[in-house]
Amino acid sequence: MKVVNQGLPSIDGRGLMMGKKAYTDDLADADSLIVKVLRSPHPYAKIVKIDTSKADALYGVELILTHKDFDRRPFTRAGQGYPEPSPHDKFVLDEYVRYIGDEVCAVAAISEKIASKAISLIEVSYDVLEPVLDFEQAIDNDVVIHPEPEIHEMFPIGFEPKRNIAAAYSMEVGNVESELAECDVVIDETFYTQAQQHMMMEPHTVNARIDYQSRLVIYSSTQTPVHVRRIISQALDYPLSKIRVIKPRVGGGFGGKQALHGELLVSKVTLLTGKPSKMVYTRKEVFESSYSRHPMKIDIKLGAMKDGTLRAIDCKILSDTGAYGEHALTVFMVAGSKVLPLYNKVKAVKFYGDVVYTNHTPAGAFRGYGAIQGNYALESAVDILCEQLQIDPIVFRQKNMILEGETSPIFEIMGEGTEGTAMIMESCKLDYCVKRGLELIDWTNKYPSKLMNGSIKKGVGMAIAMQGSGIPYIDMAAATIKLNDDGFYNLLIGATDIGQGSDTILAQIAAEELGTTLDQMIVYSSDSDLTPFDTGAYASSTTYVSGNAVMNAAREMKKMLIEEAERALKCKVTFDGVTFTGEDGKEITLKNLSNRLYYNEDQKQLTATSSYVGHKSPPPFMAGFVEIDVDMETGEFEIQDYVSVVDCGTTINPKLALGQVEGGIMQGIGMAVYEDVKISDKGKMISNSLLNYRIPTRVEVKKLTTEFADSYEDSGPFGAKSVGEIGIDTPPAAIANAIYNATGVRINSLPITPEKILKGIKERKDAKR
Amino acid sequence: MKVSIIINDYQKEFEVDPGEYLLDTLRNHHYTSVKRGCDNSTCGACTVLLDGKPVPSCSLLTVKANGHNITTVEGIQEEASSLSKHFGHEGADQCGYCNPSLALTVHAMRRELINPSDEDIKQYLVGNLCRCTGYEAQHRATKSYLEEIK
Amino acid sequence: MIDLNVKEYVKATSLEEAYELLMCDPLNQIIGGGAWMKMSTNKEINTLIDLGDLDLQYITSDKEAFHIGAYATLHDIEVFEELSEYYDGILTKAIKEIMGMGIRNLATIGGSVMGKYAFSDLFGVLLALDATLVFYQQKEMSIRAFLETKKVKEDILLEVMIPKKNARGFFKKVKRTALDFAIINICVLKGDDVEIVVGARPSIAKRAVKTSAFLKGKKITDEVLEEAMKILEEELSFSDNIRGSKEYRLDLVKVYVKRGIKEVVSS
Repeated sequence: MKVVNQGLPSIDGRGLMMGKKAYTDDLADADSLIVKVLRSPHPYAKIVKIDTSKADALYGVELILTHKDFDRRPFTRAGQGYPEPSPHDKFVLDEYVRYIGDEVCAVAAISEKIASKAISLIEVSYDVLEPVLDFEQAIDNDVVIHPEPEIHEMFPIGFEPKRNIAAAYSMEVGNVESELAECDVVIDETFYTQAQQHMMMEPHTVNARIDYQSRLVIYSSTQTPVHVRRIISQALDYPLSKIRVIKPRVGGGFGGKQALHGELLVSKVTLLTGKPSKMVYTRKEVFESSYSRHPMKIDIKLGAMKDGTLRAIDCKILSDTGAYGEHALTVFMVAGSKVLPLYNKVKAVKFYGDVVYTNHTPAGAFRGYGAIQGNYALESAVDILCEQLQIDPIVFRQKNMILEGETSPIFEIMGEGTEGTAMIMESCKLDYCVKRGLELIDWTNKYPSKLMNGSIKKGVGMAIAMQGSGIPYIDMAAATIKLNDDGFYNLLIGATDIGQGSDTILAQIAAEELGTTLDQMIVYSSDSDLTPFDTGAYASSTTYVSGNAVMNAAREMKKMLIEEAERALKCKVTFDGVTFTGEDGKEITLKNLSNRLYYNEDQKQLTATSSYVGHKSPPPFMAGFVEIDVDMETGEFEIQDYVSVVDCGTTINPKLALGQVEGGIMQGIGMAVYEDVKISDKGKMISNSLLNYRIPTRVEVKKLTTEFADSYEDSGPFGAKSVGEIGIDTPPAAIANAIYNATGVRINSLPITPEKILKGIKERKDAKR
Repeated sequence: MKVSIIINDYQKEFEVDPGEYLLDTLRNHHYTSVKRGCDNSTCGACTVLLDGKPVPSCSLLTVKANGHNITTVEGIQEEASSLSKHFGHEGADQCGYCNPSLALTVHAMRRELINPSDEDIKQYLVGNLCRCTGYEAQHRATKSYLEEIK
Repeated sequence: MIDLNVKEYVKATSLEEAYELLMCDPLNQIIGGGAWMKMSTNKEINTLIDLGDLDLQYITSDKEAFHIGAYATLHDIEVFEELSEYYDGILTKAIKEIMGMGIRNLATIGGSVMGKYAFSDLFGVLLALDATLVFYQQKEMSIRAFLETKKVKEDILLEVMIPKKNARGFFKKVKRTALDFAIINICVLKGDDVEIVVGARPSIAKRAVKTSAFLKGKKITDEVLEEAMKILEEELSFSDNIRGSKEYRLDLVKVYVKRGIKEVVSS
């Protein structure tokens, strides 16, 4: 292949490095009104009175919006397929505020200084209510966070707001209880995972204007422009045809922009004033008032026989969705559906639990999307089980993990919010990934631990993981290819490039299919008026679902081109991407044909559009291995190497795929050991700035070693599966296992910190005495 | 109050509030390559060169830059283009948001450090956070860029 | 982002002018680089007084001491080679661990000292080295006296003096990521006696005077160190914060002070 599987530079890297105007705020109208939000200082309260008189009187204040300016029409902010598997539990502005940082009212003014001053002049009186701050106390609590009569689910998701339950689910294959009773060894462990912040470099931002066709045109830093458009239309009761949403270059999303942020307030301001307006979240607002990862409590029981056969898994999860339930059900389901099939040969498996409301910052989509939490629990539990069985954890995994050609009943039962899709693993190189990773990290010489000099002990640990490639029968993508004179193409795609390089890799797919080079395939994406539909950048759908749509559109274009060339040459032709060669030796170049079609003969505009909906979601797989040096006297540790071997089928662009994996690993390491959303006992987020919320820098991890398995997925474009999320899943369990191997301390709650390790080391010392 | 700053070799005059930060002044005057990231001087996305030295413009009062030289990436276009070639080659190009500030810091680094080691490079750039790449590819690209321009 | 409310900014043409301005209004303040202003709770300022034109950005060295002008940036100090040759380079080392290159090019030693920030890593080293602050009105004041005085008279800091002594030094900042504030920082010096300073407790750096006194003249053995740590635990107070618990801080201090002492007494 000439273009696919080549590590070509991205089409926008140079321009972005050189500082071209490309991101949402760069494109705001110069005279935009600045929109600022007054945010709740209470975790749960009813707004009694908002006195805006002093702010209204301020020079330069154009508009102040309170809940009285909106019809009571509940919706969800979640960027998901419609009807959403999310409760419609949000009003644009409500008379209740449900977390510290929730929106009370909004000001639009001619400058930031005046808007800020106006905010400080608004007087709000609250009826402060008792909050629910402990998710383990949420169910059936006397305090009900969502008492509103209008809220509802779109289809059954276990929505019981009077009990503070946003969603619930349960499924069982076989009979877990009776299987466990027959097992030789049963372990029962509880794990806690914390909230995590995306900390994408570009804060959420949006701007709007009314254009010369009297339409509302919005630039938003979003992962789901089409969902944004639909939700604005529904929430503001404004015609869909009069709204245009464009996603410019985005400075990172990772799921944090897979839901609406400022779009509704900015749209309302522009609609009411007729003037352009914009909103740029401060970093504090991103931390406190956007979304974070669902914290979870995971109770896991594993039952196995003496010979190392895993027989049963019982997995119960309690998930905290915070004040609103945007991604409540779906993240919860992925914690099971993209984790438990790893051990597909069990006789029985049960997965169940609840997602509860609390008065915390809402949780939302975040790379891994439940799989990272579930993986931490399962892969830690497997190592714990192996120790009790006295079986090597690698041998155990090789015996029980899913292999190529196999399936799991979970695929059919569990989708994302709905039923799933049965599928065989047509491509699964997990066994190779494990074997190769062992070599790369030199496992046999280091497992389980080695005493280094002084008080340093080296430990190694590992974990396996899987994810998905889009949501079958729900995620649709489409692509249009347009031929220009001179023989170059426009590729119009809804697919949403948020920095992962989808514009580039989709152009590579189209160029490969049409036998041309990347520079002849000009990409324009994510404009709800000009590009065809795509659900957006989530669920690892872009390479697989959007990629297939692009490939099909390219095939369609090729057919059309050949037809035109045959008409022009009056004989059958073959096409090599540059020239059409007739059976009788006649030739016409694509360049000449395209000019002819534009200006001279048989004039027509060739355009090919194709859509794709997946019938399966072939998982990418990964084995992650970590080598850690621990100072036994202080608990401090250093990650020496993180080895990953990934099976994502064909890498459309091996360099960009590497970037996806390594970026994911670093975020997974962040969740495993550095990042912690800390909330005071009054519900205030203490870690609301980069001074207190630490993401990994250049120096913490000494080395990343990453390789791809030789794999090919027939149903994917040129054999590709998706790769956007898989990198994030393994670090928490791999590191927990390595720390245990080095120190004998098992840590069942994230993040794993030196303080927790030292506490464990001291407790073991005391126990020995 | 009025300030006069030499931005990318051109003298510019601004009317600013004494408490205004250079990041806001620059972005309000079409220097949109300078990015807002954290409001806390930690992430590095707002880096500009003050008399050739990298500083966080979100924490530099515009009045303090009066009479000084400021360089944004618009002032080092050739170097940024050259660095981007290496980033592209290593797959270190993702969302791009941290890239202009990184280009400026690398530009300052090559003038300040002679034959930096891997550790020297990482420490010099440590105040430029990136959430997309995991840093490994960026490091390889920076090294190969420094090698090329030697 | 709107953060500060500053009415006026003045670049002083003389120290007299600056001092007069400083004294005439409690809401007037001196600005160094301005790097730490975002962390200050004081956002209402009438006049910001900048001394940038008054030649205070110098670092010189004579036989007795290093003279660091108040406007020398942390980076200026970091690259001053001769400084790294004294005390095993602990001042240079401590500065290198403060955030990133950008902040260190903006932050001045004057601003860093006058802010009296508890998270500062500098105070540990400056206390151990027995640095002297040189003020416009009050002339010389030891940093020890400066930190012990709750409300220092309003004045202009002109210079920080580091004496040149023959001593071994050890500095450790325990933190999670490179840009983080310290969970604890430890400085140990061995001139004639052993000097121990612990900072970020989370409160501001303090000398373990009694512990030093106990170690005076003694041969350093494991038993002696154990006894010294008991005294240190009594002498210095620690507490919990977002970065660590009191207990963990104590554990770290004991380990690193012992390691530090062993390192500085070995030749």
